[in-house]
Amino acid sequence: MAKKEYAFYPGCSSQLKASASNYLVSVNSMCEKLDIKMTEIPDWNCCGASVGYGEGGELPRLAISARNFALAEQHLPGQDVVATCAACWLASRETIERLDASAELMKETNEALAAAGLTYRGQVQARHMVEVLIDDLGYEELAKPVSNPLEGLKIAGYVGCQTNRPFGIAGESFENPMYLDKLVETLGAESLPKYEQKVTCCGGALAFSEPDKSQKQIRDIVESAYDHGADLIVTPCPLCQANVEVYQSEINKKQGTKFAMPVTYYSQLMTVAYGGTHKEAGLDGHIIAPGKLEEIAAKGGKK
Amino acid sequence: MSDLNTQAVERYRNNFLKEVEENVEEGHWVKMCMQCGVCSGSCPFGPHWEHPPQEIFMMIRAGKRDEVLASDSMWMCTSCYNCIVRCPRKLPITHIMHGLANYAHRLGIAPKGQPTREFAKLFWDNMMKKGRVNEMKLTIGHYFRNGIGAGIKEAMAMKDVGLGMLKAKRLNPMELAGGHGLKDLKGFHAMVAKAKEIEDRKKGFVK
Repeated sequence: MAKKEYAFYPGCSSQLKASASNYLVSVNSMCEKLDIKMTEIPDWNCCGASVGYGEGGELPRLAISARNFALAEQHLPGQDVVATCAACWLASRETIERLDASAELMKETNEALAAAGLTYRGQVQARHMVEVLIDDLGYEELAKPVSNPLEGLKIAGYVGCQTNRPFGIAGESFENPMYLDKLVETLGAESLPKYEQKVTCCGGALAFSEPDKSQKQIRDIVESAYDHGADLIVTPCPLCQANVEVYQSEINKKQGTKFAMPVTYYSQLMTVAYGGTHKEAGLDGHIIAPGKLEEIAAKGGKK
Repeated sequence: MSDLNTQAVERYRNNFLKEVEENVEEGHWVKMCMQCGVCSGSCPFGPHWEHPPQEIFMMIRAGKRDEVLASDSMWMCTSCYNCIVRCPRKLPITHIMHGLANYAHRLGIAPKGQPTREFAKLFWDNMMKKGRVNEMKLTIGHYFRNGIGAGIKEAMAMKDVGLGMLKAKRLNPMELAGGHGLKDLKGFHAMVAKAKEIEDRKKGFVK
């Protein structure tokens, strides 16, 4: 039996050939190495993300998150819902908070769920994968499977917004969270704790609708990583990953910079440090190849 | 002016604060703002707000209904939650801004063509079709929002990004023909319709 079991909410961007499909690949590899069993919530739906507010309204948004909870309660009773996407986690946490605080909203949400033949009993906990790693396993446990330490790599821990605010990881500050730095050190790489853009917003969904304003944010995030001598950036958020990696070429085009800073997920670093291959770590899913991480993966991929 | 907006104006007359408290998500917090301005100073898009959150709160209390609801400001929110965690009185500012934007959008008086308003609608409608986001259609829909000609120009300007994503297998042209979706789509749609019906009834959005 696996050490830990969770109800998995992968989210839209993690689906096959979606923008964070390589995140899912690396999460699966990482969980296998850590003996964590993730069972997908059957027929889960989109969380509405943050930008869903514009058209969605409050109750429809609560209802769509509650549908995932109802399905989890029904099919995977007693298991915490674990999201890998920051927005999925945030929408889920907000829904739980809102429904716990208001019997009226809970009743109305269940009225809506009844139209889909479902009931939410209010028993779900929603967690981010990073919480599972840090709170349920702990750094010591995470260090154990390291067989291919990421020696010589300097990594800027870019926490971003939604894995950090308003809920965040227990015991961490909103302004200067340290968990990515600790994780980087756990894997044998060098962290850059003075990377001052670690909680700067990448623009989120507004990278689409307000590209110039968002690209200014992204420029700060990348430039600071260079200033600190980083070989790559690591993040726990799929939208941060996509925005910060993908728009570097646009910034180069418009502003004459020469950015080519790789942006990876923590799960990719962990997979490589645990002896996983290039493919198992989803390193083939990048526009800016994380060269130095690829070299380490090539060294330790075969055990 | 839309019918819904006329109805709301008639119901609340000069009491915009009451209107916000009763109809805007988390609107009951507005009068708790103590005007310190930390939210405005904390916003990553702060300089782009015509009226930063602190000002919006005061304008609501001063009854500046049209100036608030027709403002571009709330649509500048990136949902970074900086303002929420820094507010000394713990006002859920992000949610109030979302709530105001949504309310203005529902009344039909939010600024026309506002890019985030349009993207938000595109996103929600896209997600509603199959219960999950279709990123390919979302991307195409966004670039072609102003018609074919403008779309081709914009898509061409972004072609390096698009090709990079295709090559990395993170964007799938096959999604145009279908894509990921729910098994119980019927139940999902019925549920969202019911939720909307309840909310509309509560907020008087019934004609």
